[in-house]
Amino acid sequence: MSAAAAFFYLFAGVTIASGFMVIASRNPVASVLFLILAFVNAAGLFVMMGAEFLAMILVVVYVGAVAVLFLFVVMMLDVDFAQLRQGFQQYLPIGALIGAVFLIELLLVVGSWTIDPGLVQTPLNPVPAAEAVTNTQALGRVLYTDYVFFFQLAGLILLVAMIGAIVLTLRDRPGVKRQNIAMQNARTQGMAVETRKVPSRQGVEV
Amino acid sequence: MNAAQIVMPALGPALPELILSLGVLVLILYGAFRGERSAEGVNVGALILLVVALFAVMSQPGTKVTTLNGSFIVDNFSKVMKALILIGSAATILLSRDYFQRARIDRFEFPILLVLCTIGMLVMASANDLISLYLGLELQSLAAYVIAAFHRDNLKSTEAGLKYFVLGALSSGMLLYGASLVYGFTGTVSFPGIVAALDGTAGFGIVLGIVFVAAGVAFKMSAVPFHMWTPDVYEGSPTPVTAFFASAPKMAAVAMTVRLFIGAFPDVTAVWQQIIVFVSIASMALGSFAAIGQRSLKRLMAYSSIGNIGYALVGLAAGSQEGVRGVVIYMIIYLAMTLGAFAVLLSLRRGGEMFETVDDLSGLSRTHPVLAFCLAAMMFSLAGIPPLAGFFAKFYVFAAAIKADLVALAVIGVVTSVVGAFYYLRLVKVMYFDEPVAAYEPMPPGLRIVLALASVVVMLFWIVPAPLVGAAGAAAKSLF
Repeated sequence: MSAAAAFFYLFAGVTIASGFMVIASRNPVASVLFLILAFVNAAGLFVMMGAEFLAMILVVVYVGAVAVLFLFVVMMLDVDFAQLRQGFQQYLPIGALIGAVFLIELLLVVGSWTIDPGLVQTPLNPVPAAEAVTNTQALGRVLYTDYVFFFQLAGLILLVAMIGAIVLTLRDRPGVKRQNIAMQNARTQGMAVETRKVPSRQGVEV
Repeated sequence: MNAAQIVMPALGPALPELILSLGVLVLILYGAFRGERSAEGVNVGALILLVVALFAVMSQPGTKVTTLNGSFIVDNFSKVMKALILIGSAATILLSRDYFQRARIDRFEFPILLVLCTIGMLVMASANDLISLYLGLELQSLAAYVIAAFHRDNLKSTEAGLKYFVLGALSSGMLLYGASLVYGFTGTVSFPGIVAALDGTAGFGIVLGIVFVAAGVAFKMSAVPFHMWTPDVYEGSPTPVTAFFASAPKMAAVAMTVRLFIGAFPDVTAVWQQIIVFVSIASMALGSFAAIGQRSLKRLMAYSSIGNIGYALVGLAAGSQEGVRGVVIYMIIYLAMTLGAFAVLLSLRRGGEMFETVDDLSGLSRTHPVLAFCLAAMMFSLAGIPPLAGFFAKFYVFAAAIKADLVALAVIGVVTSVVGAFYYLRLVKVMYFDEPVAAYEPMPPGLRIVLALASVVVMLFWIVPAPLVGAAGAAAKSLF
C-alpha cells in the first residue's frame, strides 16, 4: 500500500467516524468538536486531490468561523438537548418512511445514470493545464469574468443578511455610558481638577 | 491569459438592476450617516429609484438579448413582468409610509430592504439559468423574511418572520435538490443548454428533478400543497408588508415559473403539465373553500391570493402561447385588484387603531361611499363578474385551457370561481346592507393614489383592453 493510499484511508476513515460521533455523542460540545475533526480531515482529502484552495477555505471558513460559532451558541445558550430529542420516537415512523422513499428514489436515479465516457476525460485534462496555474488562480479567472454576475449577486445576498441582522437585533438603549476616546484625549487639567482655596476652619462645600 | 482576452460583458440589458443596486448602496450610506431621521429621505429616494428603473425597463428594446455569460436574458416577457414588479414595489412604499409612522417602526432600513428584494425579483424574471434563478430567489426571499419580522416588538410579526424563514429555507433546499438532479442528468445549468441536452425525452432522473423544482417554485408562489405558511405570514406581517407579499413577489415567482417550464422544459410538456394541473386545481379549490370561514381580512386576502395563483396556473398548464398570454394578463389585473383591496384595508383606522376583520367593514357605504364603491368594484372583479377586469383575466386563461384540450380543468376553474364569489360578495353585502359603525379617519394621500390607479385599471379595462392585452401577447410571443 502506497503512502497516498494509506493517508486516504486514514483521512476518510476518521471523517466517517467523527461524522458518526457528531450525531451519536451525548454532549453537544463534543459533537461540535467532532464536527471540526470531520472538517479538518475532509480538508486533508481535498489536499490529496490537489484542491488546496478548497482545503484552506474549508479550514478557514468552516472550522474557523462556522464551527466556532456553533461552539459559542452551544456553550452560551442553554439548549436542553434531551428535551429536543423528546419527539424523536413519535416522528420516527414518518421520518423513516420519508427516508425510505428518498433512498428508493436515489437508487432509481443512480440506476438510470449513464456516465458519458468523455466526461471522465474532462477533469483529467483541465483548461488551462494544471501545471500552468495554481487552482486559486484558475478559480479567480472564471470567478471574476464568466461568473462575475453570480459573484456580485452573492455579495448582495450577504449585504441583505447583514442589514437584516442589524435591523432585527440592534437596539438603541438610552442611558448607556460609552467610551468616547476623542473626548478622553481632549481632556485637560481644567476639566478634571478644580482648585479651590480652602479658608481656615470653614472648609468648602462639596 | 492576457488582459486583452477578457471581454467585458454587455451591461446595457441589466441597466435597471444596476441602477437599483448602485442606488441602494447610496441610500444605505445616506441612512447610516443621517441615522433615524433619514427615513423620510430614504423612502423618497427609494421611490425615485424604482420609478427610474421602471423607465429603464420600458425603454429597453423588445428583442431577445442575453448577456453576462448567457445567464441573463431580456425580452418582452421579462420587460412586462419587471414593470409589474417595479409597480408593485413602488406602490408598497406609498402604502407603507403612513402605517409605519403611526406604528413607530418608521426606520430607513425598510425601503432599502424593499429595493434589495426588488433587485432579486428582477433577476428572477430575467434568469436564464438555474444558478441566476436560485440567486435571485434567495435575494428576494432573504429580504422578505426580514421585512415580515420588521415589527420586531410584535409577537405575531416575529413569528411570521421565523415561520417564513424556516419553511422558505426548506423549500429552497427542495429547489436546489431538484436543480442538482437536472444538472446531473443534462450536464448544464443554462435553460437553452437543458433544452438541447434533453432533446425531447425525459428520463427518470429528470422527472424527479422537475418534481422537486416544481415543489420549490410552488412554495414561492404559495400554491397548494405548499401554501401552509401563507395565512400565518400574511396575518402576522405588518399590513403594508402583506400587501407587498401579495403583489410584487407573486409576479416574480410566476415569471420565474413560466420562464423555467417554458424556457427549459418546452419539449417535455407532458412531464410537468400534470404537476401544474394538480397544483392549479388544488389551489383554486382551497382558495375558494378555506376563505369562506375567515373573519380576518388579511387571512381572507391570503386565501384569495392562493386561489388566484391557481387561476393563473391554468394558463401555464395549457403550455401554449395563448396560455402564457393569459397568465401575463391575469397577473397584470391581479396586481391592480390586490393593491386596490389592500389600499382600502389600510385605511380602516380610527383613533390610532387598525381594524382588520370583516365586521369592521359593516355599513362602509354610508360612512365612506367612495371607499366602499372602490372595494366593491375590487370584490366584484375578484369574483369575476363582467365587465370588470377580473372577468377578462379569468376568460383568457380558461379560453387557453379549453384550446389546449384541458376542458375539465377549465370547468373546475369556473365552478371554484363561483364558490369563491360567495365570500367576495359577502364583503359587498356587509358594506352595503349592514348597520354602520363609526366612521374611520380620512385616507392618507399615498393610499389615495394607489387606490385611484388600481380602480381605474379594474373598472376601465374593458373599454381599452388593447394596450395591456397587446403587451401580454408580445410577452408570450417572445417565449416561443
